[in-house]
Amino acid sequence: MVARKLSLKQKYGHFTRGLDWEPSYQKQEDIFPFATYEGIKIHDWNAWEDPFKLTMDAYWKFQAEKERKLYAVIDSMAQNNGQLGITDARYLNAVKIFIQGVTPLEYQAHRHFAHLARHLPGAGLRVAAQMQSIDELRHCQTQIHTISHYNKFFDGIHDFTHMHDRLWYLSVPKSFFDDATSAGPFEFLTAISFAFEYVLTNLLFVPFMSGAAYNGDMATVTFGFSAQSDESRHMTLGLEAVRFLLEQDEANVPIVQGWIDKWFWRGYRLLSLVGMMMDYMLPKKVMSWSEAWETYYEEAGGALFADLARYGIREPKYADVAKAEKGHVSHQVWSIFYNYAQAAAVHTWDVDDQHLDWLREKYPETFAQHYEPRYRAWREQAEAGKRFYNDGLPQLCQVCQIPMAFTEVDDPGTISFRVSEHQGEKYHTCSDGCRDIFEHEPEKYVQAWLPVHQIFQGNCGGATLPEVLDWYHINQGADNFDYAGSPEEEQWNAWMEGRRPAAFPAAAAE
Amino acid sequence: MPVVSLKPGYSGPVRDRVENFHGAYLVYVHWEGHLNFCSAITLPLPPTTPFAALADEILPSLYQADPGWSGVDLAAARWTLDGEDWSPDRTLALGEQGVGHKSLIRFWTA
Repeated sequence: MVARKLSLKQKYGHFTRGLDWEPSYQKQEDIFPFATYEGIKIHDWNAWEDPFKLTMDAYWKFQAEKERKLYAVIDSMAQNNGQLGITDARYLNAVKIFIQGVTPLEYQAHRHFAHLARHLPGAGLRVAAQMQSIDELRHCQTQIHTISHYNKFFDGIHDFTHMHDRLWYLSVPKSFFDDATSAGPFEFLTAISFAFEYVLTNLLFVPFMSGAAYNGDMATVTFGFSAQSDESRHMTLGLEAVRFLLEQDEANVPIVQGWIDKWFWRGYRLLSLVGMMMDYMLPKKVMSWSEAWETYYEEAGGALFADLARYGIREPKYADVAKAEKGHVSHQVWSIFYNYAQAAAVHTWDVDDQHLDWLREKYPETFAQHYEPRYRAWREQAEAGKRFYNDGLPQLCQVCQIPMAFTEVDDPGTISFRVSEHQGEKYHTCSDGCRDIFEHEPEKYVQAWLPVHQIFQGNCGGATLPEVLDWYHINQGADNFDYAGSPEEEQWNAWMEGRRPAAFPAAAAE
Repeated sequence: MPVVSLKPGYSGPVRDRVENFHGAYLVYVHWEGHLNFCSAITLPLPPTTPFAALADEILPSLYQADPGWSGVDLAAARWTLDGEDWSPDRTLALGEQGVGHKSLIRFWTA
């Protein structure tokens, strides 16, 4: 008798590897032109163990269930004026950074995992890449839908894809991902699936999702839950992929190590924006950047690299620098945003006493000495009606594209300037980490689209700040400048005033 | 090390070649010890710009946002150009005293 129903294992086999075939009239290297040029040697694609046995039909069912929950919350948020439930309108700046900086990366990830799903020679890994590609598209869409509610009431969200391609601080995440997608398939896997989604992902998702939970943003929290099970699949894929590469051939080890070194540093620099968000933009704080780094990198990463040591993999180069800098980076990045609030689509503000207390407590070794005096001086200038702005455009790092604000590890008063020469031209980088990345592949980074240089080349709408901001689609006077005095603040205060109960009438005497 | 690429000998356009800046050099300036200015500042300056114009007009317009700038004596400042000690001559143009495209000028004031 013929079995009427396939077992799960059979079904999985048919839906994944069963769809593959041996080419007979085309050469393998013509079908998979990207498979070998990076120097990675794979001897047996069948040795790839699928870390999760998920077939497309189960996937749709599972995701649809999560979508139903998410959209129910989004609807309820819209019907109940959920925006009034957040701690303070300043919280929204974290959401703005997310939609402007992270959501477009989800879309990029969707595109490039689709590319891997076509171009990796192993069917098992192709299927995993296909699932992840769909996940990333779903994340992009659900983030847009979730945050679109805030777009009705708050500034800086209205044109995030356009801004992502043009704004100076958004060139940081954009160029990060462009770097990955212009690499070969195995470097991309190591960069995004392993270094970013496995090693560093908690430093991205925990701050944003816990930040949302702490600050009453139920929509973003629900999105976070909806993405969480996908993320754990992505993490598993990243770790398994790297293990697979390491096990296939010893010659892969130094190549993978080089990628881990590079992408650890690239990811770490990118996350300095998240550190700034955590330490400065959340009205109700989750933890400090320094604490997050200790928990999610030093402890978790330490255990991971101890485990990978048996393959000959060591901790990423310059992890010691990241550790030494953890008391500084978030403050230095906040200083960048404060300097250039006139040109950003997020708000900044003067740090108040309560916030100063928190920062002093969280950063006992660095804050009071190096940053508090700066903030107090800025606050005094603002109170005197002379809010400090930097009227010059910053020098940018050729690799991470962040304004070169980071200081020497042993000297927090001195900016870390690094310079390289390539074919007679100078290239400036912010750190040994970024300098090494540049010097390893100068042909790549000489092409960097540095927003400041582009303005001076005349490619950004004009020579004046208002022209450039128009070209960015920044709604001037609303999206930019300080929170104090913004339309957002005025609206928030009016809402809060409206909710204050009228004075209760005095109880009648019995 | 050259980039690992699909086709050997890969190279791309150098995006910030001096020809792209309409006759200007990019020059980075940094006032040391004043990190209220978060980073060095990028300036597009023709190489014919006299150092006096940089010192008397351009730097003050940038740094006057610091209340301490008014007490600064630039004549007594210590300068470096691309990492080397530098004694700028007020009467000479930047291009005549070693400043090139993407040079970094750092200065220390009392």
